[in-house]
Amino acid sequence: MWQIVEDDLESIAIGAGILGTGGGGNPYIGQLRAREAIRRHGPVDVLSPDELDEDSLVICVGGIGAPTVGIEKIRGLQSYEAFRAIERYTGKKATALISNEIGGSNSLEPLIPAAFAGLPVVDADGMGRAFPEFQMKTFFVYGVPCTPMAVCDERGNTAIIPEAASPKWVERMARAVTIQMGCVACYAVAPMTAKQVQTTAVLYSLSLAKSLGEAVRASRKQNSDCIAAILDTCPGRVLFSGKIVELERQTTSGFARGRVVVEGTGDQSSSRMEIEFQNENLVARLGGETVCMVPDLICIVDSDKGEPITTELLRYGFRVTVLAFPAPTLWTSPEGLQVVGPRAFGYDLDYVPLQL
Amino acid sequence: MRIGIDVGGTNTDAVLMDGTKLVALAKRPTTPDVSSGIIAALKSVLADAPQTAHIEAVMLGTTHFTNALLEHKSLAPTAVIRMCGPATTLLPPLVDWPDALRDTIGGRSYMLKGGHEFDGQEISSMEEKEVREAVEDMVNNGGVRAVAVCGVFSPVETSHEDMVGAIIREQAPELSVTLSHEIGRVGILERENATALNASLNEIATRTILSLTEAIRSLGLAAPFYLSQNDGTLMEADFAARYPVFTIASGPTNSMRGAAFLSGVANGIVLDIGGTTTDGGTIVNGFPRESSVAIEIAGVRTNFRMPDVLSIALGGGSIVRESPLTIGPDSVGYRLLDEALVFGGDTLTTTDISVYAGRAAIGDGVQESSLDAKLAADGLSLIDSRLAEIIDQLKLSAADVPVILVGGGSILVSDSLEGASEVIRPNHGEVANAIGAAMAQVGGQVEKVYSLVEYGREEALEAARLEAESKAVAAGADPQTLQVVELEEVPLSYLPSNATKIRIKVVGDLAGLSS
Repeated sequence: MWQIVEDDLESIAIGAGILGTGGGGNPYIGQLRAREAIRRHGPVDVLSPDELDEDSLVICVGGIGAPTVGIEKIRGLQSYEAFRAIERYTGKKATALISNEIGGSNSLEPLIPAAFAGLPVVDADGMGRAFPEFQMKTFFVYGVPCTPMAVCDERGNTAIIPEAASPKWVERMARAVTIQMGCVACYAVAPMTAKQVQTTAVLYSLSLAKSLGEAVRASRKQNSDCIAAILDTCPGRVLFSGKIVELERQTTSGFARGRVVVEGTGDQSSSRMEIEFQNENLVARLGGETVCMVPDLICIVDSDKGEPITTELLRYGFRVTVLAFPAPTLWTSPEGLQVVGPRAFGYDLDYVPLQL
Repeated sequence: MRIGIDVGGTNTDAVLMDGTKLVALAKRPTTPDVSSGIIAALKSVLADAPQTAHIEAVMLGTTHFTNALLEHKSLAPTAVIRMCGPATTLLPPLVDWPDALRDTIGGRSYMLKGGHEFDGQEISSMEEKEVREAVEDMVNNGGVRAVAVCGVFSPVETSHEDMVGAIIREQAPELSVTLSHEIGRVGILERENATALNASLNEIATRTILSLTEAIRSLGLAAPFYLSQNDGTLMEADFAARYPVFTIASGPTNSMRGAAFLSGVANGIVLDIGGTTTDGGTIVNGFPRESSVAIEIAGVRTNFRMPDVLSIALGGGSIVRESPLTIGPDSVGYRLLDEALVFGGDTLTTTDISVYAGRAAIGDGVQESSLDAKLAADGLSLIDSRLAEIIDQLKLSAADVPVILVGGGSILVSDSLEGASEVIRPNHGEVANAIGAAMAQVGGQVEKVYSLVEYGREEALEAARLEAESKAVAAGADPQTLQVVELEEVPLSYLPSNATKIRIKVVGDLAGLSS
């Protein structure tokens, strides 16, 4: 067991930004909320997945809604209300909470209810990166029930989805409820057992995010190579580095889609890498040849400072390094690829694993 | 004719413009009281004005209020009222302020019922009694003299802020009140922060602007008096006393606008090269491009539209060192005239290698023996590559663009700069700020989320444009000259009914001004 203290939040936010693969939103407000929770109630305990008692009950919480609304009507304790609602509905008390998504601002969400309830969080999550929709979690791919699911607003409204035809239907129904709640809400899902967490979650992702952030912060302080520090912490490779020379965006059917082109510098100056994104970076091509694709992680970071750059902040002229990390193996099985493989995002591509 | 004034940290500049023609200019030291420096500069340009000159307007740019925030000086005890209950209460107002600044203004805040959803529905109804109790408490127990009022989604629906403002003015008319929807856009922490900064500056702004007005009037100038804003447009001095926070980034804006005007280039890059630093910005349709990320003022995060300025530590006084070759970040600054080699000093500066290589001809020249030719050449190519890099970061696309140079340090730069389609050194670049102020227009801006199901795209655009135009006219624009200078439509992800954010800015010439 270890503890998350105030200073860790910045590290986790940087690491979650890298694992967010361009999506997951700006963690600034999430970081402030978690800081507030820790200032009021003290550090949050983190349980390693193998430390979970056999009779543990672990509830997954997360935020749902429009990021543009979330910066104005800032979330409070909705995820606390949501996990309590699941406890009441199921008649079972949670012993720990778990993040739905380690990428971006959702990575910090469980810390808030955990601090207020005095519960630990588990060092694991349901994605190992960021994805745009509820159903895209390893838990559900490997048979963990996605209901009952609770959605809560700040007024005391709770909607419970007791049953659903599929995780995708939970996403659709919860999204509709969230809109009525003013486009900002939090949710919680039926408790998982220790065994379910150990076999279906992406393990040790919270400590990975923290280590990534610590590595970046340390190398900034020492003026050493941030990129090397990242790769020393998390095995992966540099796909490309250079300067952003083209950027196209469009928002269609709710997703921020687009394409960014990075032109090489130094000995790579004649080549170009093109990355397509839909909220997250999905496919990277070097000279027209696909070199990395979802669910493998494609992360664009500032070449000097190692700062992860979300897709909405990409801009012409940025000096960037494109990093790739292999997807958690839970995603690269046929069942996993069906939910988050290239075809799930509309690409006519068969998944080819990243070559390290 | 119009007069432009720029009050900087070191100098107070004034220019007299006849239409687009520069008639007179003056540079005087800035004085601690601000007014005497302005009077000195004004007297000088007025002395050079033709007998028949009729001054139609006086425009002034100042960083005075920025300095007040940076130095925590003369800030009023300020309270924040947020209307949000029961939403948005986990993070109280001023939560991300530096402790010292929060303590300086007292840091009192109240989270009350009220506020709206993104579509304008109420989160909860406002309660007058709650507001009155808060006002009583802040006055009696907090010694508060200024209030920032911020409702959730007030940029979409202003009624709750308006009602709270009216209650305060009636109950405690001595308090100065700032409503957040008049200050900023969606993003509650940043807007609320900016509103509180504005409120805390109200007193000093009122005092300062009164004394500036008196100074100008004391010279017999009866013309309308304006201050320049962050976005390069003007506001009347009375208005500026209520919204001082809008002047905070006017310095770089005026410099860029002045450079654009002097060079006749509407789209390009401006490099203001001083003694210690180079500030670079991008001009789009005559206005500075604005930053897309949160800007901190005195350590406080805000979401103002501010010019996107990149600064590097390279100027005419930057110190050059050998093996390994480095330039800056330290500079001899204003001591250049004593310490640089070309002026008989013994510090090697960027100005010296520039003179040595024949790029500039100032001072007494550099002896062949005192400087190694290779060092000079390597130094210059390092300067060029630094400037090429900043130009590249400022460009909006890969194509080369015109680069306009202002500031004393521009003698460092050769006429062939990588990334530049041409290098322009306008005459009178040294008073670009004052000229930027003198040539400013007035504008109106609207940024709102529209549901395109309810409105239809054309209708929404039209509604936004009309609102921006009426704001511009209210600010003093001639309706005949209005034009849209910025239009941005951003469809919002995960929102129903095709919600789209529309941001539109119109500007026009000052009404009643001959050009």
